[in-house]
Amino acid sequence: MSLSKIKHIILVLSGKGGVGKSSVTTQLALSLALSGHSVGVLDVDLTGPSMPRMFNIENAKVTQAPGGWLPVPVHAADPDAGIGELRCMSLGFLLRGRGDAVVWRGPKKTAMIRQFLSDVLWGEMDYLLIDTPPGTSDEHISLAETLLKDALPGQVAGAVVVTTPQAVATADVRKELNFCVKTSIPVIGVIENMAGFVCPNCAECTDIFGKGGGQVMANDFHVRFLGGVPIDPQFVMLIETGRRPTYPQGTIINGQDFSGASVDAEETKDASLLAVKYQSCSLEPIFKKMTRDIIAAVE
Amino acid sequence: MAPSLEEPEPVQDVLNNPLKARPQLVAPEPEHCPGPESERAGQADSCAGCPNQAICASAPKGPDPDVPAIAARLAGVRHKLLVLSGKGGVGKSTFTCLLAHAFASDEARTVGVMDADICGPSIPKMMGVEAETVHVSAGGWEPVWVADNLGVMSVQFMLPGRDDAVIWRGPKKNGLIKQFLKEVEWGAMDFLLVDTPPGTSDEHLSVNSFLKESGIDGAVMVTTPQEVSLLDVRKEIDFCRKAGIRVLGLVENMSGFVCPKCTHESQIFRATTGGGAALAKEMGIPFLGEVPLDPRIGMACDYGESFFDHYPDSPACEALKGVVRGLARELGLDAEQVMPDD
Repeated sequence: MSLSKIKHIILVLSGKGGVGKSSVTTQLALSLALSGHSVGVLDVDLTGPSMPRMFNIENAKVTQAPGGWLPVPVHAADPDAGIGELRCMSLGFLLRGRGDAVVWRGPKKTAMIRQFLSDVLWGEMDYLLIDTPPGTSDEHISLAETLLKDALPGQVAGAVVVTTPQAVATADVRKELNFCVKTSIPVIGVIENMAGFVCPNCAECTDIFGKGGGQVMANDFHVRFLGGVPIDPQFVMLIETGRRPTYPQGTIINGQDFSGASVDAEETKDASLLAVKYQSCSLEPIFKKMTRDIIAAVE
Repeated sequence: MAPSLEEPEPVQDVLNNPLKARPQLVAPEPEHCPGPESERAGQADSCAGCPNQAICASAPKGPDPDVPAIAARLAGVRHKLLVLSGKGGVGKSTFTCLLAHAFASDEARTVGVMDADICGPSIPKMMGVEAETVHVSAGGWEPVWVADNLGVMSVQFMLPGRDDAVIWRGPKKNGLIKQFLKEVEWGAMDFLLVDTPPGTSDEHLSVNSFLKESGIDGAVMVTTPQEVSLLDVRKEIDFCRKAGIRVLGLVENMSGFVCPKCTHESQIFRATTGGGAALAKEMGIPFLGEVPLDPRIGMACDYGESFFDHYPDSPACEALKGVVRGLARELGLDAEQVMPDD
């Protein structure tokens, strides 16, 4: 099986849609790569694949090799800078037009996920992150079944569960945590995304979607709370336009100065530079810490 | 098995036969096969001796007998609307609730909300009826009434525990959606709003096919401004086109955020590609308006309150009223009557 040479498999789950599973997956992948690990991202959201857009490789196509599909490279390994390789696989690469609907019933989705798990030639790799669609249905059942059946003991490190702070979101995500309990997938931890928004004009932090819901939920389920991630429009801009994040003079977050260091507002959509540019983003230290915690929990 | 890159099943086939799973054949179809889904499957001369014969013969054939039953059940419902979005978390349920409250603001109208999101039901919490259960009477399942003229049905009312996961595959979800339409005593209603999960899969196909005979007035699309979201919504519009569902319009939610301290407006989910307005133009569908992000909408949802009643003067409320009026016009109703400009 194509997963046999992968050291750790991590699922990114959430019962609720639009909480930032894909953006968390993106940032975890970048952080893991920046810490020198080789990383693969598998996007099993079949009807709404976002990873190709996230990594700015929307026009890439998957190449077929004897025995399976080759994942699309995001950037190559750079041993001198201590950056590991990053590759991605998504249904988005297989569609003819980017606006084409994928109208598939469950059995079709199940078959596709099995193929994704068995026919992608990842080779040797440290981490495989699996980005999932919202819910607890066909994709998740098939994923859990296939992994429980085929993965080596200890290979499935567990799930990172993403939520946003408001009660409407945690209500759905609690269902996902119960899904993990039922399918005996260990939960590595909970990430609370969209925890507050800092006004770029007056630096007032507003809790747009409330506060603390992720922490409370993690306590209720006795799982680790990995941290809260605020909304940073600069990150959205980095993904959407490829612009390196820049912050106003005097922006100091957790003792680190982010102000104006890189005012070369070059806009390049070159995917291979994404990891480098991400280092200027205010969210990078937050994910660096969470990645350290995840690695410590997994290894 | 060699991986295949092309779609093994054309979209149109799935749409024509959304709920019939192809029979699982154990051998390749023989020459002169009448087709495993045809009326004569398993009975034709060429079927004799075929290993698939029993499988094909026992596969269900003909139209679903429940579809006319659903049409009869929903005969008293005047307008049936779907709320759709390819993307999750853009505000489908929030918008469904706001729309329901807006329609129900006139006591002469009766409004129903059906929550077709089986794995992540949000409507009961947003309506403040999370702890309710379904009552079954001789006439059918009774919807949970939020107000005298606002009834709700959701899978949440059937769960033993609030946090229980609904770990169901497609066919089981389709079965429950069918029951929601066939067994629930919707009665005489002016509007039935169907809130859907993100994506273009089982739930959408089944809602569409079950309601084919009763007639769907159309679908309202919800999006947020950034391209990552528009990308998925584009797919959903493509789905509606292929399925023959009329798109009544596109609403852009979370369009901007006004800082409560300095009133500076930030584009949190920046529309780098023109946002919902540009997408609506590109796809040739009506653009119903932009609704700004207001933390109080989220709060109202968490506490199950009506945002319309509590914050009638907020900019988000004004924008929503405009959207409701636009929608009423698309439905051929008198906008002023549906949403009076007070």
